Amino acid sequence: MILTESDLQAIWLTLRLAGIVTALLLLIGTPIAWWLARGKSWWKGPVGAVVALPLVLPPSVLGFYLLLAMGPDGPVGKFTEALGIGPLPFTFWGLVVASVFYSMPFMVQPLQTAFEAIGDRPLEVAATLRASPLDAFFTVAVPLALPGFLTASIMTFAHTVGEFGVVLMIGGNLPGTTRVASVQIYDYVEALKYAQAHSLAAVLLIFSFLVLLALHVWRPNPGKGR
Amino acid sequence: MSIRFSAIAAFAGLLALAGSLTLTAPAHAGKITIAAAADLKFAMDEIVAAFKQDSPGDEIEVVYGSSGKAHTQIQQGAPYDLFFSADIAFPRELIKAGLAAGGVRPYAVGRIVLWSASMDAAKMTLESLLDPKIAHVAIANPAHAPYGRRAEEALRASGLWEKIEPKLVYGENISQTAQFVQTGNAQAGIIALSLAISPALAAKGGYWIIPDKLHEPLEQGFVVTKRAADNPLAARFASYMDSEPARAVMKKFGFTLPGEDIDR
Repeated sequence: MILTESDLQAIWLTLRLAGIVTALLLLIGTPIAWWLARGKSWWKGPVGAVVALPLVLPPSVLGFYLLLAMGPDGPVGKFTEALGIGPLPFTFWGLVVASVFYSMPFMVQPLQTAFEAIGDRPLEVAATLRASPLDAFFTVAVPLALPGFLTASIMTFAHTVGEFGVVLMIGGNLPGTTRVASVQIYDYVEALKYAQAHSLAAVLLIFSFLVLLALHVWRPNPGKGR
Repeated sequence: MSIRFSAIAAFAGLLALAGSLTLTAPAHAGKITIAAAADLKFAMDEIVAAFKQDSPGDEIEVVYGSSGKAHTQIQQGAPYDLFFSADIAFPRELIKAGLAAGGVRPYAVGRIVLWSASMDAAKMTLESLLDPKIAHVAIANPAHAPYGRRAEEALRASGLWEKIEPKLVYGENISQTAQFVQTGNAQAGIIALSLAISPALAAKGGYWIIPDKLHEPLEQGFVVTKRAADNPLAARFASYMDSEPARAVMKKFGFTLPGEDIDR
């Protein structure tokens, strides 16, 4: 199996994208998941539905809207222009923004489940011990939800690695900037370079398998009372 | 009636409906699926519409995309009856591989144009792409899209490749390349003339035909695939491409027809 320099570049780019998106979603997704798990607002339904949208929406729908919204005439494009960043399509950070939307449910939903599983009791106890809500969150909720955090992070990372449609639609296929591994494979296949497609595809296949295996091995086994 | 039973009944009903839909075409009418290069999007739609007026019972489906992809798909047994490629080399390879019936028929020579949605590209040349106001220039991916290859050749022949390359963004096929420009994300692009004069794009900006001495000709050809060797509709459609109405549509979309001189 021979990986070319541009394959390694594509893999590194993919890992960097997935890493940054996972870190950002830990910051953005955690409060959303907490609110969805413990909030009482009527808005929980609509917000939960919006978060879950990328699970059912075709990537082409998301890619299409993002291309228009991020373009120079779109609302996001005008905003980034005003900030002096310029339009986001064809940039690495454009992919990051797109992936944050696209992978959001993979972070929020496992976290929400984990937070819900904690129940009210441990937090009530923390409150009687005069822990502030924030204190209780970090000292009680986070340790209890740690498996949820791990699952959510792995799923988010892996899902971002597996992204293709949205990247194809807003990326512009730039080596080292937006040409992630999945797009590189697609290009190989289109150019009839099957041998090279095989090498890179095998890397992704093995990676994805190992990730899912790790998730399975690590996940606490309810039968053993953990 | 239990909920589960009614759900099954509804599902069965849907299946029956789907089945009846596929059987509505008259038994004598033919059915073909055409794989066509993305530059044919508008021209082929019109040709198919004109063809159907004469034989309304026939079913013709057209799948647009990059020629390289269609080529790969046919090699892997895709159910396409005709393949219109933007590069005549692809159908030639299919013949060598024994996957086509009959020979390659050249049907057009394509042209590439400089196009912009926000500027009047008619007043521009390739040198205008050096303008710092143009941050991104879209071309089709030269790795597999014929129009992208010609765009790269034209940029190289004018000695601009090194300077323009950092601005380039690559479309998956020539349609996506046009779409990058149309949405304003790329300020200019090199696309097919047939797309630049299509109703969807002609309303915006303008285009400049890139002199064909700067690139290899975009010789385009089609084949009837092996699976359609005995399909009379495929043969009829293939001959229809030589008819006056079909040629008129191709000319309208800026294609040079086989046997015509290329105007510069």
